Amino acid sequence: MRRTMLFLPGNNPNMVMNGGVLGADSIIFDLEDAVAPDQKDAARELVRCALEMLDFGGCEIIVRINALDTPYWKEDLEAMIPLKPDVIMPTKVSGAAYIHELEAKMAEEEEKNGIEIGRTRIIPLLETTLGIENAFEIARSTKRMAALYLGAEDLTADLRCRRTKEGNEIAYARGRLVCAARAAGIDAYDTPFTDVEDLAGLKKDAELARGLGYTGKAVISPRHVDIVNAVFSPSKEDVAYARDVFAAMEEAKEQGKGAVSLRGKMIDAPIVERARQVLEAAAQIGGMLDE
Amino acid sequence: MSKLAGSLREAIAASGLRDGMCISFHHHLRSGDYVLNMVLDEIAAMGIRDLTVNASSIHDGHAPMIEHMKSGVVTGLETNYIGPAVGRAISEGVLKNPVIFRTHGSRPSDLEQGVSKIDVAFLAAPTADPMGNCTGKIGKSACGSLGYAFVDAQCAAKTVVITDNLVDYPLYDWSISEDFVDYVVQVDAIGDPRGIVSGTTRMPKDPIALRIAQTAARAIDASGLLKDGVSFQTGAGGASLATADFLKQIMLEKHIKGSYALGGITGYIVDMLNEGLFEAIQDVQCFDLKAVESLRTNPRHMEITASRYASPTAKSTAAGSLDVVVLGATQIDLDFNVNVHTDSKGYIIGGSGGHTDVAACAKLTVIVAPLSRARMPIVVDRVLTVSTPGSSVDMLVTQYGIAVNPARPELKEALQKAHLPVKDIGELKALADKINGAPKKREIKKDRIVAKVQNRDGSLLDVIYGV
Amino acid sequence: MKIVKPAAAGTLESSDILITLKPGDGTLDIQLTSSVDVYYHDTIMQVLKDALEEMEVTSAQVQAVDRGALDCTVRARMITAIKRGSEVES
Repeated sequence: MRRTMLFLPGNNPNMVMNGGVLGADSIIFDLEDAVAPDQKDAARELVRCALEMLDFGGCEIIVRINALDTPYWKEDLEAMIPLKPDVIMPTKVSGAAYIHELEAKMAEEEEKNGIEIGRTRIIPLLETTLGIENAFEIARSTKRMAALYLGAEDLTADLRCRRTKEGNEIAYARGRLVCAARAAGIDAYDTPFTDVEDLAGLKKDAELARGLGYTGKAVISPRHVDIVNAVFSPSKEDVAYARDVFAAMEEAKEQGKGAVSLRGKMIDAPIVERARQVLEAAAQIGGMLDE
Repeated sequence: MSKLAGSLREAIAASGLRDGMCISFHHHLRSGDYVLNMVLDEIAAMGIRDLTVNASSIHDGHAPMIEHMKSGVVTGLETNYIGPAVGRAISEGVLKNPVIFRTHGSRPSDLEQGVSKIDVAFLAAPTADPMGNCTGKIGKSACGSLGYAFVDAQCAAKTVVITDNLVDYPLYDWSISEDFVDYVVQVDAIGDPRGIVSGTTRMPKDPIALRIAQTAARAIDASGLLKDGVSFQTGAGGASLATADFLKQIMLEKHIKGSYALGGITGYIVDMLNEGLFEAIQDVQCFDLKAVESLRTNPRHMEITASRYASPTAKSTAAGSLDVVVLGATQIDLDFNVNVHTDSKGYIIGGSGGHTDVAACAKLTVIVAPLSRARMPIVVDRVLTVSTPGSSVDMLVTQYGIAVNPARPELKEALQKAHLPVKDIGELKALADKINGAPKKREIKKDRIVAKVQNRDGSLLDVIYGV
Repeated sequence: MKIVKPAAAGTLESSDILITLKPGDGTLDIQLTSSVDVYYHDTIMQVLKDALEEMEVTSAQVQAVDRGALDCTVRARMITAIKRGSEVES
């Protein structure tokens, strides 16, 4: 499931060791912005030892590495790839060329460590105007691509405007990113809500993203996890409807009918697919498929 | 007649205090209390020695009493809680006789039944009149409820009221009545307001504590007890307080109106009362300014005595009607016994307070605790000190799952049905050992007994050895 | 590796360990204080020694102040300190 991805500062032992119990579907060990330049080595080592020695209880493991224009990214990959994180998250990704360069180094490290080439996936952080424009090209630049992730804080700097809670200034970027991701057949993550205390504002922002078709949302505080999970989980009504869809399909099949309709509406392939995804997600959440 | 003594010394002399007697104090001024130290200093200066102190609790601000223990002025202590500063000294053997640990409920019970006796009670009162009618609700050193102090006034041979706010007779909004009081002394300050009550009680920010609290609230909901008329008690901080917040959210969603909240009351619970989530509050102690103000102004916010709170020999108690209590623990073992008296090295750092009482009385007793605190194990094979027996504990909620006492299979089933993460307590301990590494087994030296822990019925629950 | 200059890694925050490393006199001298001494002193010492051995450090003065760090944190901080202490200025 991809409802939430939670940032954990890579040099913070408390956050790192508790990452697995905070309820997020994916956890991001951050070697980049959350770590001061003089502690990059310490963070890398801590995350390495943690991935080696701790159990993160089924969370998807993502490592956010430093950007390709820094001296750190290669060492980041050399240290991390052998530990088989699920996803590498590069930042300031502006075009396919960036991904190709990153991929090449990832493949090199996978081979060196006897890991299946292509096993480690990528979720790039798109936070530049060029990255947003090139979103589709980036999305289909490699089979490793799992999702696109929108970073609005740096993007608004690039756009030369102020970042607001309402988010009008990133409306285009939000739409473009989710559209590009879906066109390439991958998932989309919305930008995190940065006011840790404003939980009502968080809920509104998450609902907006869900309304646009986002798969999930990044979060910067453990206190945001449950609210965002709830917003991106199928509701009881969604589950009931999905079940009705399959029931209608079964009935139509039994009766030898070609076209299936439910409550006066035609059930076509996209509706069935959405229903299937809802039931799959509900099964994973637990408790939603009873009664 | 005049009960007003010219000085504290005069009152002590008039009370007839002699070597070997027992004096008492309440702890409603908490870490801001000046009175206990003031009285002991005066008694020592008067050359009186070999006294037993019966105090409802001892806080770190009472550290000066360690000197009086060393010099033999104080040779015995009977209490329900000792903070780490004085606790450490006692663990190191500074007190002549072993401490008698009781609970907030058994202290008044033993006094009322004549099992324990007080010769002179020193009653700090934020406001009093010259005849000794007093209250904690008003005054510059207001503390709110005087719940623990009632039994002292009622049972002591002599009662000395000490106040820093003397008002004209009669004090009309009194809590403790003049017919129990012998002497009244006026002093400049009975305590430091900043230590008596906190400004505002805040919810914890620790994400682990919040997760535990949320799971606890869900478990309480799944138990079926969260419905109209529900009553509960939570702690004043940490995951225990945060559980109140999550319970509140469920109650609002489901339009549930509770009957009463009990405790240990913070502004948080007051807000819940004002939002219509409870009919009333039964208050044995106020923790912050909001609670004090509410007690003073809202008739639904009642001051109750420690006896009514939890005495095992009372005809009925507020704890006896309680549906749910959410408590913490320093340690909990595979039999669900809880330790709140000692740390992992065996030093005294606390005491039951009301823990043992409410755990025994409530329909559902929930312990909230992380699996470990900075590698210090909380779930252990066997607790160092049994404060609350496992038979009183129904479930332990940690960030890694919930362990249910095997004596409650129907509860376990209800939680599993609600898809809550139920685990065996042995599993939780094994998980803690896996994460932290297996802790080295320790041998406790058993030379000298420094404290005896009594159960509510007076029987010996455990002993604490010196370190 | 040879420790050529003093180095430190970690902090005094809860669940972390502060390790300070200095060049040694030919032996390994490890001073450890820990908030969980009672339970984990030997375990932590072993993790420190293992890391030093793996990185082939035979001479160093190590001072470690532990606040309940897990083995992975102890190991990470020791390795970081060793790498920092053996860096040659270019």
